[in-house]
Amino acid sequence: MYIIIVGGGKVGYFLSLALLGEGHEILIIEHDANKCKAIAEDLGSVVMRGDGCEAKTLEDAGARRADLLVAVTHRDEVNLVACQVSKHKFGVPRTIARISNPKNEALFKMLGINVTVSSTNLILEHIEESLPTRSLVHLLSLEEGNLEIVEMNVMPDYPAVGKRVGEITLPENSLICLVINEAKGARVPAAESVIEAGDHIIAVTQPDREDELRAALTG
Amino acid sequence: MKVVLMGCGRVGGMLAGLLDEAGHQVTVLDTDSWSFRWLPRSFGGKAMVGDGTDVETLRVAGIEGADVFVATTQGDNRNVMAAQAARHIFNVPKVVCRIYDPLREELYESLGLVAMSPTKLGAEVLKDLVLGEGE
Repeated sequence: MYIIIVGGGKVGYFLSLALLGEGHEILIIEHDANKCKAIAEDLGSVVMRGDGCEAKTLEDAGARRADLLVAVTHRDEVNLVACQVSKHKFGVPRTIARISNPKNEALFKMLGINVTVSSTNLILEHIEESLPTRSLVHLLSLEEGNLEIVEMNVMPDYPAVGKRVGEITLPENSLICLVINEAKGARVPAAESVIEAGDHIIAVTQPDREDELRAALTG
Repeated sequence: MKVVLMGCGRVGGMLAGLLDEAGHQVTVLDTDSWSFRWLPRSFGGKAMVGDGTDVETLRVAGIEGADVFVATTQGDNRNVMAAQAARHIFNVPKVVCRIYDPLREELYESLGLVAMSPTKLGAEVLKDLVLGEGE
């Protein structure tokens, strides 16, 4: 495939590196002369200096025969316009735009950009995925006993779901002491109590056994 | 008429003054309050600090129910993005934007915007002046 990449910053550079590795034909359009020079030294003659929104630059870049244009500058409006000009003026069949302001996602879709990648949203999703759910939330440290009380929300894909508490191999000095369920309320689990998705688990553990406890519950 | 302008430079400021004088309801947006110095003293419309490429800012500026939106910032891309939001999200009936790159003027006209290229106009006027004097 012939792929035009607008923007030779970090995203553009590493994207090009990956795509070159897969054997695609690449051209980076970058405004800044120093960045162009650095890219040319690293990747060879795959960079052209210019404004990727300008019809003339895109024409010179051979946009008419491009299979894909990816606009990854840090400015949303530049990415939008580069995609639109290439699509409407040169008939590039597929365009992908990077978005910084998540609010622009709807607008870009409405204006016919095939795919939008919002780095802000991606990072947010990752944080949401990994922070409040996957990890243990510290509720209290008991300094003298070198113990701590932690909380965890049980997600549907955890291997602990459907298991009896007695079946879960917990690390040494760790104990599930409370299971809170919205419907059933809080209960002190017995060995035969079953863990369900959506449960909040309150457990006692030692700080250096946190990872083992996490692994035992989340897999 | 209810008009929202984005960009209050020499052109935007003067246009806002002219429309205000003609009795229209004008709101002018700029990211820098210092730009409002370009508005005439008599200006009776609203001047608001904000980025017109942000959909929420456009809403606060009263784009819903506006009859015309005009984008005259220095950045072609900003003008075009805000203009398209006005046209396609808020359904403003008339959307005008300034685009320096004349090659793109026709493209945006095909996308439902009225585009004006001062590059082309300026060059043509200057050409006429140059050749006119020679005759």
